[in-house]
Amino acid sequence: MDKFTELTAIAAPMPTENIDTDQIIPARFLKTIQRTGLGKNAFAAQRYDAEGNENPDFVLNKEPYRKAEILITYDNLGCGSSREHAPWALLDFGIRCVIAPSFADIFFNNCFKNGILPIRLPREICDELMDDARQGSNSRLTVDLERQVVVRPNGETIAFDVDPFRRHMLLEGLDDIGQTMAHDAEITSFEHRPTRAWVPSITIGTVK
Amino acid sequence: MPVTNSPRTLFDKIWDDHVVERLEDGTCILYIDRHLVHEVTSPQAFEGLRLSGRRVRRPDATVAVVDHNVPTSDRSKPIEEPQSRLQIETLEKNVAEFGVPYFPLRSASQGIVHVVGPEQGISLPGMTIVCGDSHTSTHGALGSLAFGIGTSEVEHVLATQTILQKPAKNMRVSVEGNVGPGVTAKDIMLAIIGRIGTAGGTGHVIEFAGSAIRDLDMAGRMTLCNMSIEAGARAGLVAPDETTFAYVKGRPFAPKGEAFDQACAYWGSLASDEGAYFDTEVTLAAEEIIPSVTWGTSPQDVLPIDGSVPSPSDVADPARAAQIQRALDYMGLEAGQKIAGTPVDVVFIGSCTNSRLEDLRSAADVVRGRHVAEGVRAMIVPGSGLVKHAAEAEGLDKVFLDAGFEWREAGCSMCLGMNPDRLTPGQRCASTSNRNFEGRQGPDGRTHLCSPAMAAAAAVTGRLCDVRELVKETV
Repeated sequence: MDKFTELTAIAAPMPTENIDTDQIIPARFLKTIQRTGLGKNAFAAQRYDAEGNENPDFVLNKEPYRKAEILITYDNLGCGSSREHAPWALLDFGIRCVIAPSFADIFFNNCFKNGILPIRLPREICDELMDDARQGSNSRLTVDLERQVVVRPNGETIAFDVDPFRRHMLLEGLDDIGQTMAHDAEITSFEHRPTRAWVPSITIGTVK
Repeated sequence: MPVTNSPRTLFDKIWDDHVVERLEDGTCILYIDRHLVHEVTSPQAFEGLRLSGRRVRRPDATVAVVDHNVPTSDRSKPIEEPQSRLQIETLEKNVAEFGVPYFPLRSASQGIVHVVGPEQGISLPGMTIVCGDSHTSTHGALGSLAFGIGTSEVEHVLATQTILQKPAKNMRVSVEGNVGPGVTAKDIMLAIIGRIGTAGGTGHVIEFAGSAIRDLDMAGRMTLCNMSIEAGARAGLVAPDETTFAYVKGRPFAPKGEAFDQACAYWGSLASDEGAYFDTEVTLAAEEIIPSVTWGTSPQDVLPIDGSVPSPSDVADPARAAQIQRALDYMGLEAGQKIAGTPVDVVFIGSCTNSRLEDLRSAADVVRGRHVAEGVRAMIVPGSGLVKHAAEAEGLDKVFLDAGFEWREAGCSMCLGMNPDRLTPGQRCASTSNRNFEGRQGPDGRTHLCSPAMAAAAAVTGRLCDVRELVKETV
């Protein structure tokens, strides 16, 4: 996973609540066995018409937002399906940071696992940042994970909260599995607790 | 292990019994008892294991099925869509390489992962259960802590049999009293989502309680817990009771004999203690719930069947007003119109929400002696091969086929249209599935969520209508 330290980039405003993961990447594009290549179909239903032509009114089809690396939305971003294809599609499009007043739990978690920083900020502040984003290509936002601030184009800084464990993993570009495997002895000892004797095993020959 | 004498919730107890280790910042390494795997969200996880030379830690706690991509038509033919075929073949290669138990397409027990798990006794009370699928919450009906995870976490669980998580907040939704005739678990859940909204449960695990919940059979409880995610919750739970034990007993992978009795004693101890703390409490009166449908493009856009579609002018927030207008345009509805009487093109009875034998019986009771309306395509997609077989044994297939329904093979089907079962643009569908998002059942398709009985009523009248008017004589 790529590290996330500091990002200065174009932000795309999407002033919509409840953007679900079916919108971010429709089910018909989930038939891949890879993590990459989904960016061209991110937001497919809104981005293209039935013939596959770009919809000129959709924000990610407009300059400078084709190069957006930050996405700002309203409440409950990423609700619905657990598909990690949603953050994969965003990442493949180029998005490294998503800002919203609130997120759905699974999507929020999935972002961190892919080097995307999700930031919760109050709706009024999201509105201000969207106004900044609407000023065009010279109006970039800076997201500094080390200092935990978003820097507006006018220099104003906005502090945000982030889970210390997640922050550490992003700053270092670490993956969880290696970390957890260091606790192998504890996991093995848990598996041998007598209170767990009732949990049946499933063997391959028993599934018909 | 936190040792505490203070009253705990059902969620607290299952959580505490699965914490391997609590890390410095409060993140827990949580042990997972059952990991269910399907073809869509697992290929990248197995590939990750392969690239880092890791193995599946507990193949004997892991089970794979194919459900999302599979055709629900004739199974003797090869799968036509090459990408669907590749995803299924990739799963078959992965389960063989890593030694994971697997229900293949040819198995008589194949079906939707959230139907197969409970049906086989793979999912049991008191367990932690995960799957790379948000509707894993379904298994909470057994009194297990079950939630959906992303593919990175699928890889994490395959490698370590644990997950990293912080405890959720506790929410209790109590539904007290008796529901009226024609009102099902689906109507109860739609009413709950309509009340708390699609973000109402964010950060919480919901325990469903109250007399109306205790009165539900296991299929109804599964419908309820299934849609917990549509209320934004991490998971849904119902305390294990005699109904649960009777359901579990004798299932192929459930404990047997003395082990079953010991397990029941443990499961029975998991119910929330008197005085346990819930961060959020919501109460609904069962008598006030009537058969419901959704009108818009979010599961919270719920209406009782006698209700009218909202208008953007009803709300003060301009963003919300714009969203209502967008939903009306997408759904092809007028502000203020009565929802009953809206003509439908397709009726889909199936999905992990409503494809169990009890659901099919409830639909058949409405259909018996009637015929699908002119111009309507109506399909039944049983949740598993075993459900299909059991329904045929009691003649339900004949009821549906005589009425002009399609009687199909098990799979996720038109709930999300990854296989060929899709709406065409503009088609309007009464659907027993769980999501009415834009494009969910096919690009520009229009979805009205409802119960199997309400979907059956729409099939035979050709319109969204109040099922109670059709079954007056019998209820």
